[in-house]
Amino acid sequence: MIISKQKPFEEVLEDLEGLTNIIILGCGECATATRTGGPEEVADMKAKLEEHGKKVLFTEIVHTGCHELDVKRILRQAKDACGEADGFLVLSCGAGTQACRTATDKRVIPGCDPLFLGNIQRSMDFAEKCSHCGACVIDDYGAICPITRCAKGLVNGPCGGTSHGKCEVDPEMDCAWTLIHNQLKKEGRDDKRRMVHEPKDWNVIRHPGAVVDRGSDKQKMGSEV
Amino acid sequence: MGTYRDACMSGNFVVSGEIGPPKGTNVARMLDDIDLLKDKCDGLNVTDNQSAVMRLGSLAVSGEIVRRGGDPIFQTTCRDRNRLGLQSDLLSAAFMGITNVLCLTGDHPVVGDHKQAKGVFDFDSVHLIQCCKKMNAGTDWAGNTLDGATDFFVGAVVTPEADPLEPQMYKFARKVDAGADFFQTQAVYDMDNFQRFMEQARETIAGTNVKMMAGLVVLTGLGMAKYMNRAVPGIFVPDALLEELGSVAKEDQLKKGMEIAARHIAFLRDNKVCDGVHVMAIGKEEIIPEILARAGVVR
Repeated sequence: MIISKQKPFEEVLEDLEGLTNIIILGCGECATATRTGGPEEVADMKAKLEEHGKKVLFTEIVHTGCHELDVKRILRQAKDACGEADGFLVLSCGAGTQACRTATDKRVIPGCDPLFLGNIQRSMDFAEKCSHCGACVIDDYGAICPITRCAKGLVNGPCGGTSHGKCEVDPEMDCAWTLIHNQLKKEGRDDKRRMVHEPKDWNVIRHPGAVVDRGSDKQKMGSEV
Repeated sequence: MGTYRDACMSGNFVVSGEIGPPKGTNVARMLDDIDLLKDKCDGLNVTDNQSAVMRLGSLAVSGEIVRRGGDPIFQTTCRDRNRLGLQSDLLSAAFMGITNVLCLTGDHPVVGDHKQAKGVFDFDSVHLIQCCKKMNAGTDWAGNTLDGATDFFVGAVVTPEADPLEPQMYKFARKVDAGADFFQTQAVYDMDNFQRFMEQARETIAGTNVKMMAGLVVLTGLGMAKYMNRAVPGIFVPDALLEELGSVAKEDQLKKGMEIAARHIAFLRDNKVCDGVHVMAIGKEEIIPEILARAGVVR
């Protein structure tokens, strides 16, 4: 799940300065589940913008906000409103906002700050456990990712900032290396506890990432593209 | 004055001091500290943006110590540079006559004075040790041949009072495997705990020529001691020392702290607990000679 948070309304208003006719897009997937750009939030945003003198021409919850063909289809169907619009306010992650970018030449304004790929721990509690680093090695770490869950992304053990099993960055946060160490101990894998790991190969996730033509034998990924 | 490496290899008890570069260009006091300590210690650490607070660089100050006839221990962290920057600075260090390198992870930017900075951590301290060793063998990290190898004496750190200790000891073992020549510990105050730590450490370094230096930060008063206990990860000041500091008037607590430091140096040396000490008096370097004299360390 992509975890985002809505921008403060004052910031949204500032970004919309000079624009009167607005179209609001939400997302039926992550932004709905995380209550940042689902039906309720989009309706709420519409009402607040109208209170502040904006004219909301059209709103839509795109089934999958990052699906560029979906967004293009919806904007084609709402051609008249799109023609009249001064800008699009998108309540989703940055992928959804940029899907809208591919469907119009007008101003596209993000209404949310994207945070991380999150696990859902309970209804509205989310935690980052994977940061898409391109080469998963977490079996060596008891299936606890040091790249993501250690604040420094250390691959060879804890730093000196760990204290009582917590992290120097946030005393409420577990030290990933205490978790990793204890898990490997439970698994009886002492060799992995002392193993020296190579530094991360950052070239495997050189930005911007792209996977082209997956499913055909021409499949290419990441840095090979 | 010999070099820090020679002192470590001599089998004699080794003493290093520490210089904290200033935040700004007024270096007079730092230069005084260097001149005061360079002949009284076997080597002088220079901190690298310590506590993630931006300061004059450890490379430039280490070079200045060389020019002044001292032997610097160039602290270098993985926080501010990627593997290109780190290796380039290591070559610069070699060019400036710096031979001792202390490889550190570095504090997270969020604890420092540029909280919005991106922490790099492309390498970790283990990689940095391995990298120094590769450069000593004549190649860079990527395996390219260097036109002239380095000759670094490579140090690392370990935290004897880490809680939990076991993951820390495994990291220590990784640093030993990576080829560290010497270790400086985080500040220690409980000599019984430190002796127990050293028993474990000796098992890990058995069969190597690794040297172990106890880190000692001089307690300058009861308030500072309590703060260290409360706020600095991996530091434990036992109640007995707090009581000892508190037993004298506030204005005499620095003297008491110096007495404690001198006593610990003598204890560690006389009982052959470790190979030397790294003495830090953060911001009060002028008190180091008196502490060393009291401990009977004469250079």
